Amino acid sequence: MRIGVVTFPGSLDDRDAQRAVRLAGGEAVALWHGDHDLKGVDAIVLPGGFSYGDYLRCGAIAAHSPIMSEIIDAANGGLPVLGICNGFQILVEAHLLPGGLVRNDHGDFVCRDQKLRVENTDTAWTSGFQTGQEITIPLKNGEGGFIADLETINRLEGEGQVAFRYLEVNPNGSANDIAGISNARGNVVGLMPHPEHAVEEGFGPDTRAAMRSGTDGITFFTSVIQSSLLARA
Amino acid sequence: MPKAVLLDPQGKAVTGALHRLGKSNISEVRIGKRFEVTVDEVTPEVLAEVQALAEDIFANLVIEDVVSVTAV
Repeated sequence: MRIGVVTFPGSLDDRDAQRAVRLAGGEAVALWHGDHDLKGVDAIVLPGGFSYGDYLRCGAIAAHSPIMSEIIDAANGGLPVLGICNGFQILVEAHLLPGGLVRNDHGDFVCRDQKLRVENTDTAWTSGFQTGQEITIPLKNGEGGFIADLETINRLEGEGQVAFRYLEVNPNGSANDIAGISNARGNVVGLMPHPEHAVEEGFGPDTRAAMRSGTDGITFFTSVIQSSLLARA
Repeated sequence: MPKAVLLDPQGKAVTGALHRLGKSNISEVRIGKRFEVTVDEVTPEVLAEVQALAEDIFANLVIEDVVSVTAV
């Protein structure tokens, strides 16, 4: 399976996302923000970072970049798209996901290994998890507070579009402890924590078994590869 | 401007600083953005176009409000 990773000016985690794709058994394809070419990929990752230096609003300028017109069309057609951190911010600015992301309520940047509960396993990127499964992946953001009007929050909760919820601490003031959401179809998922930083022993979060041995993030990438294989079968 | 119902951590930090300076009569500070757009000629059509840009790109209406678009 070929998974495209888009590089915007100021993307930081594009190489990590490409590596995560390869470790999961996929082929990583570098995509460029200024192109109008998705190179025939089967899924897309919008990586973390600080596209355009967070000018205007986080993700706002990137959401209007050339490649986004193709990505918006493809996502509306069912192509799996995962937005991580700045990628999540780009997805809400592009209106592929509802709500918005605002500065952390405590005003500080936060960087920690974050425990999450997987709330919805009916998405392209979470099908390999068990519903209610607790996972730990790194979180690092300054503007990760998820907000939406009450009607939108109620719809997300009622329709099962809350994909991940923060456990133990709410690190940024997100409404209902929401860490990640999906669109109604389940092909577009966005979250603030970084699964691509928990894909290889020695470089992930600490676990009870050993330091830096957490690899909970790899399941995002194996999920999309597996669901693509099932779709073809 | 950030929507009134949302927490504005920047404004809150400035409010705290003012209170430390003894300005206890100031109960709240909110911080927004001002865009200055230069055009060849100001017409009602151009103002409407800038209003549309303000609502589409300059602000995200999910988290912010466009307060006013005026010619100066």
